[in-house]
Amino acid sequence: MNWMQHAPALQVVAPLLAAPLIVLMRRLSWAYAIAVAACALAFFFSIGLWSQVQSTGVIAYAIGNWPPPWGIEYRVDALNAFILCLVSGTGMAVLLFSRSSNAHEVPSEQRYLFYAMFCLCLAGLLGMAITGDAFNIFVFLEISALSTYVLIAMGRQRQSLFAAYQYLILGTIGATFIVIGIGLIYLLTGTLNLVDMGQRLSQVDSMRPVYAAFAFISAGVFLKLALFPFHNWLPNAYTYAPTTVSAFLAATATKVSIYVLLRFYFTVFHLDAITPHLPLSLMLGALAIAAMFAGSATAIFQTDMKRLLAFSSVGQIGYIMLGIALFNASGLTAGLVHLFNHGITKGASFLLLGLVVTRLGGTQMSHLSGLGKTMPWTAFGLLICGLSLIGVPGTAGFISKLYLVRAALDLGLWWVALMVLLSSLLAVAYVWKFVEAAYFRPPPEQLPPSLANVTTWDMRLMALLLTLSTVYFGFDTRFTLGSAQAAAQYLLGAH
Amino acid sequence: MNLAAYFTYIATFVLMFLGLFIVMARGNLIKKLVGLGIFQTSVYFLYLGPAKLVGGTAPILSDAFKVYTNPLPHVLMLTAIVVGVATLALGLALVVRLREAYGSIEEDDILAQDQASAGATEAA
Repeated sequence: MNWMQHAPALQVVAPLLAAPLIVLMRRLSWAYAIAVAACALAFFFSIGLWSQVQSTGVIAYAIGNWPPPWGIEYRVDALNAFILCLVSGTGMAVLLFSRSSNAHEVPSEQRYLFYAMFCLCLAGLLGMAITGDAFNIFVFLEISALSTYVLIAMGRQRQSLFAAYQYLILGTIGATFIVIGIGLIYLLTGTLNLVDMGQRLSQVDSMRPVYAAFAFISAGVFLKLALFPFHNWLPNAYTYAPTTVSAFLAATATKVSIYVLLRFYFTVFHLDAITPHLPLSLMLGALAIAAMFAGSATAIFQTDMKRLLAFSSVGQIGYIMLGIALFNASGLTAGLVHLFNHGITKGASFLLLGLVVTRLGGTQMSHLSGLGKTMPWTAFGLLICGLSLIGVPGTAGFISKLYLVRAALDLGLWWVALMVLLSSLLAVAYVWKFVEAAYFRPPPEQLPPSLANVTTWDMRLMALLLTLSTVYFGFDTRFTLGSAQAAAQYLLGAH
Repeated sequence: MNLAAYFTYIATFVLMFLGLFIVMARGNLIKKLVGLGIFQTSVYFLYLGPAKLVGGTAPILSDAFKVYTNPLPHVLMLTAIVVGVATLALGLALVVRLREAYGSIEEDDILAQDQASAGATEAA
């Protein structure tokens, strides 16, 4: 039997089956081992799928051998192979980090359940990215969302419960909007296969239900990807969740939602048919620019570093959406590169903060003061991530901002390019806030006793790896830029 | 226009707006979940209403049956009901934990307590 042939199904099934197995095992060490094995399998298969797509093009896999459009089809192309690598790669790093960090952040009786939820969340996100079936997207979206609510509620403070509840309400409204939109398209076309939907929608006479479906799906996905002003759930969720969960969510959950938006816009809806009646570029662009400024400006006033990074995420999602709003090859490329680069940068920042929480017990600016002396390496890593958030040359963030500005200038939109640069100045302000605390303030006189709070080698290694990749992808852009260009080309050629 | 012919559509959208309104307008965490449940239920109607043919049977390959109902939307909604149950169960579990932690299930109370404790840590 050729295993690679079933890779599309196996990489979702492995973490999905691992979750109930972990609950049955109950032993923490076994739970961890099973989760790592499932995650490693998923990572291995996504790398395999990515290289296979590079050489042979689109891979179509019929689940249970039922031919599409009747059966569920898993479809891997240049776009989602790239997303799968991001999700399973950062998932792997976060999982290896979590073993020691959870010992400080998750109550001991819940620790084995953390891994079950983590596997479910990973399976949901990978499923959303790989499936070619509209209703299947909704089901996987709910799998990942429900497990995310549980993961957020595992935080130490009681605020994490309310953050999870708020996200549950808004996330469910978002998912229900998406399923209403899918229902309307299903009523119009009688199919659930995304490619088939796209072909049949182009033959539909009356456009009004198509607009309604378009509006429902857009609003639902905006809620899930936390586009300003739909971002209300995000700051609390990232702040009060265990740090490993914040890292995983920031790097993957919003990014997969952006992928879903792209999939619907380019594969299902024919933008050529919709844009003449709807100033879509303007609407998305206005929201994106508002997000860039509002997110970054609010970040400046935060006193908790995790909250600061959460608002910075709201701003950075703005840059990704701005690239998408340009609706041409260079804009989409910039958006997709930023999707990846921001994912690893934020993942690295939250993992470094995880080290800080373990050692110093919190992420308030008062904990961080004098970090340059108490934890010089971690402080330096956070500084590098900060520079990448600003977009300083030599970091991953620079590459994506460069391409974004270039894409805007190509279209003659010099004021959009100016907005990107101006909002980056706000990023300088919030990163400076960290620098001031870490390097210009004295460390607190009473450090926590160091014996109980040691960061272990696996935590440090994972944080180091992600931070290094933030720098690496600032120099070697073959993987990121190459994949993003191929994906953008594929999306624009698909309709 | 015959309103009765559009009964299921009207019912669907009335439920949809009612549910969403309750979620937004109520401060009680349980009532919010009730609203969410109504909102999700309206989606079942949206799928099932147009799928049912009066006098339709299950799709059976036989000359005796000419009119049949598409079973797919029903299957989809079975999945959606499961998702709805899971969401509601998790939401209620969170409310139980919130009540243990804050002693209240009113949104305003909880936010006020959070603000008070945030102010206390900043003062300290």
